[in-house]
Amino acid sequence: MVEWTDAERKAITTLWGMIDVGEIGPQALTRLLVVYPWTQRHFGSFGNLSTYAAIVGNAKVANHGKTVMGGLETAVKNLDNIKNAYAKLSAMHSDKLHVDPDNFRTLAECISVVVAAKFGPSVFTPGFQEAWQKFLAVVVSALGRQYH
Amino acid sequence: MVKWTDFERATIQDIFSKIDYEVVGPAAFSRCLIVYPWTQRYFGGFGNLYNAAAITSNPKVAAHGKVVIVGLEKAVKNMDDIKTTYKDLSVLHSEKLQVDPDNFNLLADCLTVVVAGQMGAAFTPEVHAAFQKFLAVVVASLRKQYY
Repeated sequence: MVEWTDAERKAITTLWGMIDVGEIGPQALTRLLVVYPWTQRHFGSFGNLSTYAAIVGNAKVANHGKTVMGGLETAVKNLDNIKNAYAKLSAMHSDKLHVDPDNFRTLAECISVVVAAKFGPSVFTPGFQEAWQKFLAVVVSALGRQYH
Repeated sequence: MVKWTDFERATIQDIFSKIDYEVVGPAAFSRCLIVYPWTQRYFGGFGNLYNAAAITSNPKVAAHGKVVIVGLEKAVKNMDDIKTTYKDLSVLHSEKLQVDPDNFNLLADCLTVVVAGQMGAAFTPEVHAAFQKFLAVVVASLRKQYY
């Protein structure tokens, strides 16, 4: 089981309390599709992703970004059992969506960059960054867990 | 050879002209030691790295962070031949320092987080993509002479 220090728990819940999933989620997913363009292959039904402007203005991207970011709430509320909390979601990403799990790590990176840009280094201190990235690493691992 | 669009060239020059090396270098390097603690193994001679506070106030960490970012400037000034520019540095990291090249990506990540924090909304997805591409080329060049 993952061990969280009190400082890490506090950092994660503090950051989560400051994050607006409707704002951070779309930005993170947009960045994923722009910075790592091969990820667009998973979103064939989203319409126009052919240019930077198209991705930024795409409502389906924004919506889905919000959904994905909101999904992190499950982890925040179940810090001591993230693996089980995401078992079904993991199976879905593997069996139904066929997402290469490396992409989870890449999206996690994008989320961290957006959080860093939004809150700056006085909030997103090295200590907070450590806790947040550890949190995302656990989520990423849990999402990859049911793959076979 | 790597192809850079005009936007990418301009963006990289712009970022490096705006960031304060004294701040960004040490910040990125200390974050690397804090967020990815196994990287501390390369810096046994740096003294107290026991916790985040010790690392961020460690003068050797700060000095080395600056060395690293000044080293990046070479790539900024030689964007069309980063591979050759970093040939000796790659050999050094492989043969003398024996650094696992996966760590270059970790430091690049921390640098991205620090620059994003400094630039805020100006670190748009497009700027982010250009910066990421630049760092990927740097990392690949540093890996090139490993065997």
